[in-house]
Amino acid sequence: MDGATPRAPGRRYRQAFWDEPLLSEIGRKGRLGFLVPEDPKIKDWARAKGGAPLVPQTLRRGGDTPLPELSELQVLRHFNRLSQMNFSVETGMYPLGSCTMKYNPKVSEAIASSPKMREAHPLQHDSTVQGLLQVFYELSGMLCEIAGMKKFALNTAAGAQGEFAGVLMIRKYLRDKGRGERTEILVPDSAHGTNPASAAMAGFEVVKVPSNESGLVTIESVKAKLTPRTAGMMLTVPNTLGLFEPDVAEISKAVHEAGGLMYYDGANMNALLGKARPGDMGFDVVHLNLHKTFATPHGGGGPGAGPVGATVELEDYLPVPMVEKAGDEYRLDYERPKSIGRLKGFYANSAILLRAYCYIRLLGADGLDNVSSLAVLGANYILSKLDTQGYSIPVGGGIRRKHEAVVSVKGGHGGAGKIAKALLDYGVHSPTVYFPLTVEEALMIEPTETETVESLDDYAEILNSLFEKLKAGELDDEPKNTSVGRIDEVKASHPLTLKVRW
Amino acid sequence: MVDAHPFLPNLEDETIERMLKQVKAASVADLFSDIPEGLRLRRRLSIPEGQGEAMVRRELHGRLGRNSTPPDSLCFLGGGVWPHYIPAAVDSILSRQEFYTAYTPYQPEISQGMLQALFEYQSMMCDLLGMQVCNSSMYDWASAAGEAMRMAARVKKRSTVLVSKGIGLGRLEVIKTYAEPMDVKLQPVEFDSKTGELDLASLRSILSGGGGDVAALYLENPNVFGVIEENAESAIEMVHAAGGLAVVGVNPISLSVLRDPGSYGADIVVGEGQPLGVPMNFGGPHMGIFAVKDIGLARSMPGRLIGMTTTKDGTQKAFCMVLQTREQHIRREAATSNICTNQALLALAGAAYMSLLGKNGFKKLGEVNLANSHYAAERLGELKRVKAPLFSGPFFNEFTLGYERRKASEVFAELAKRGVMGGYPMSQHSAQIGEAGAYCVTEVHSSEDIGRLVDAVGEAL
Repeated sequence: MDGATPRAPGRRYRQAFWDEPLLSEIGRKGRLGFLVPEDPKIKDWARAKGGAPLVPQTLRRGGDTPLPELSELQVLRHFNRLSQMNFSVETGMYPLGSCTMKYNPKVSEAIASSPKMREAHPLQHDSTVQGLLQVFYELSGMLCEIAGMKKFALNTAAGAQGEFAGVLMIRKYLRDKGRGERTEILVPDSAHGTNPASAAMAGFEVVKVPSNESGLVTIESVKAKLTPRTAGMMLTVPNTLGLFEPDVAEISKAVHEAGGLMYYDGANMNALLGKARPGDMGFDVVHLNLHKTFATPHGGGGPGAGPVGATVELEDYLPVPMVEKAGDEYRLDYERPKSIGRLKGFYANSAILLRAYCYIRLLGADGLDNVSSLAVLGANYILSKLDTQGYSIPVGGGIRRKHEAVVSVKGGHGGAGKIAKALLDYGVHSPTVYFPLTVEEALMIEPTETETVESLDDYAEILNSLFEKLKAGELDDEPKNTSVGRIDEVKASHPLTLKVRW
Repeated sequence: MVDAHPFLPNLEDETIERMLKQVKAASVADLFSDIPEGLRLRRRLSIPEGQGEAMVRRELHGRLGRNSTPPDSLCFLGGGVWPHYIPAAVDSILSRQEFYTAYTPYQPEISQGMLQALFEYQSMMCDLLGMQVCNSSMYDWASAAGEAMRMAARVKKRSTVLVSKGIGLGRLEVIKTYAEPMDVKLQPVEFDSKTGELDLASLRSILSGGGGDVAALYLENPNVFGVIEENAESAIEMVHAAGGLAVVGVNPISLSVLRDPGSYGADIVVGEGQPLGVPMNFGGPHMGIFAVKDIGLARSMPGRLIGMTTTKDGTQKAFCMVLQTREQHIRREAATSNICTNQALLALAGAAYMSLLGKNGFKKLGEVNLANSHYAAERLGELKRVKAPLFSGPFFNEFTLGYERRKASEVFAELAKRGVMGGYPMSQHSAQIGEAGAYCVTEVHSSEDIGRLVDAVGEAL
């Protein structure tokens, strides 16, 4: 690896590497990392039974429990070392487009670690969890205000589950209105993969709507796809190119006139807080990603939460249970006959909801508005700093970006992938690559409002210098300063690599 | 603009001016000028003013103080979320920001830590369940069960799924929601009202009517009454003979002492990972387990899978996401599921928990759960006007208590008033059961706690 450390721009970086063995490769007979509490009185009681088995021998596991034998410190060292081989928001800039990798407030973590949150069982009597139910009731109201909806259900576990709930609501609503023959959902070609997948899961046929040369969905392209079988349309605003869809109100009107409903994918809501609301654009159903816009941690791939909002027309179809208030009492309401039913076994990702509530209280109305102002300013800023020799703005050149910007790496031949890998050597994360699918050699950059202008300058400078290296054919073996070098992903798809022992 | 804010480093006027100049905009408002006039929000959001963290923390502390939770009260509730002790080391590992502020490891070279941890979770879980492939988590047990029903219907190209009546109601509701758009028909299999176990005669009669359209049987073990399904193996043989898949839902803690579902024929195993080091959190986030018995089924399964490989130069072991061609970001409407964000951090908790408990600690945990629950059931049985446990089938750490005179909902409310959360009413589950409540007793409960429970139930009756 010597000599590979990049010089200016950017800072010198080398990620930790521990050659950490698998848990199953370490340990020794008789070790354990935790002593199970045992009540002496109950122990005596069991002994007095004379060892009579509490469950029949035929139901018992034969042989040892198949787990490793490690001391507490061994386990901690193992995972702490692994953590050092993991890049994160608090390590460095992480402008993964469409994922909104902003700072996750520490105080929200502290509040959510209260035993009053952690130790609350979801089947407890409502009277014993009034504090939490009040938080959820208020959060629901605040999300309604932010999105311009009548009612919000908080009980979906992630954005994709929110989408699934939303399209199921559209389906049930249409069936109740005697319009069950409507089985087509329009989805733009630039949409997140979850949109068509959610629509298909809910039993719809997906009709792809092409975007125009500016990356936008036009009223004409939508009208061309509307039929008597149209159930609705899923739209992301701003779209995955970071562009506000200027025809959105007309599109909503046309879809409604054709007998369909409008679904808002809230993945990109970080651009619009206090600026514009999906409800005012004509959307009927909305989901928001609390782990994106509302700063709850991404957890290395979850958990998140994806609350669903609805207009007055569709609120009865929201998934149950809902938090309701009668007098001073809050309760969980399951008796909503038109509801699509349940998507979670127990109420909601409550500890995520609590963090999102904290975030909204920490920012307030003006703070949230500033979040979007600065997120949009940051995205446009970094875009303006990129060298047009290397990076082209693939579509909509004259249009302002919102919270994220997509550029195309010039020259083809996997340039975007090579640049993404090379970025890692500078102690920053890559943008989202090769998405949206409508852009060749795409880099999708979402810096977020929590990055300093200095970081944005550095990032742009690194990108510009990397294009020079790409052109010179110097980026074929990156990254070199990460824990491990370029990975053989083909070998990993061999079926015998999904667990330790076979 | 607010004056200053710890999360907004570029708020200062000069910085904004400099940035605006660079992007050739006259003002911040200018950046939003592409939003059509009529769609711009012309007023402030009606949300309270922002506050510093000290104020927010104080207010939330007061709010949450209205909840009644351990150690101020006792929790004997289960049903799919169980009270267990979480070792301090698990919390320490989960609080590493390197894990919790990262996202899905799309760039594996810089994300080996999370990838290896998830791979180890998958490996340990496979061993525990007796399965060959386990994904790196689903949202929760219920959605995992729902996805399993869809997967079975897809794989078998059949449209009936048999569902034991001994499963949790919340999960049944979620299965319905997931299955309905595929036109998958759910058919209940009765339980034996004496033992609380799945009724083989009911299953036989359904299958004798021609099991040709049966894609799967779903049963939970232990079931929602706490009863261990002694006939699981026979039931699975019957559904296999009819050409269907066997899907088993488990509490992984029970596998500390009980046979793994692979050993009695399960094709797909789902379950709730919450007891493996995840707080109850009033319903979430939890962690859905999803595993299959072989690689053939793995190609049809939902969710993220992590595989072990090497670097391209072959010198170093490494990990990355695999079999992604099943997933929505590649296959779009043809994907096996729409799931992307899952519960990775909690799978990490599971890996940490299982490695801390280890071979001997995990077994001990199971034995203590067995002893504590049986001790509690015996003590409750000494009360008058109850039947403890209501069912004769063997149980692990949950059991059902039958009430002779009082309504279960009244007992539940009375107990809550006494600071004892327990006796979740089971009467709604089936008219066969009568007035009864569900109780869960684990290693967190001492003999004194159980004494308080017995006293409270005695008073509530």
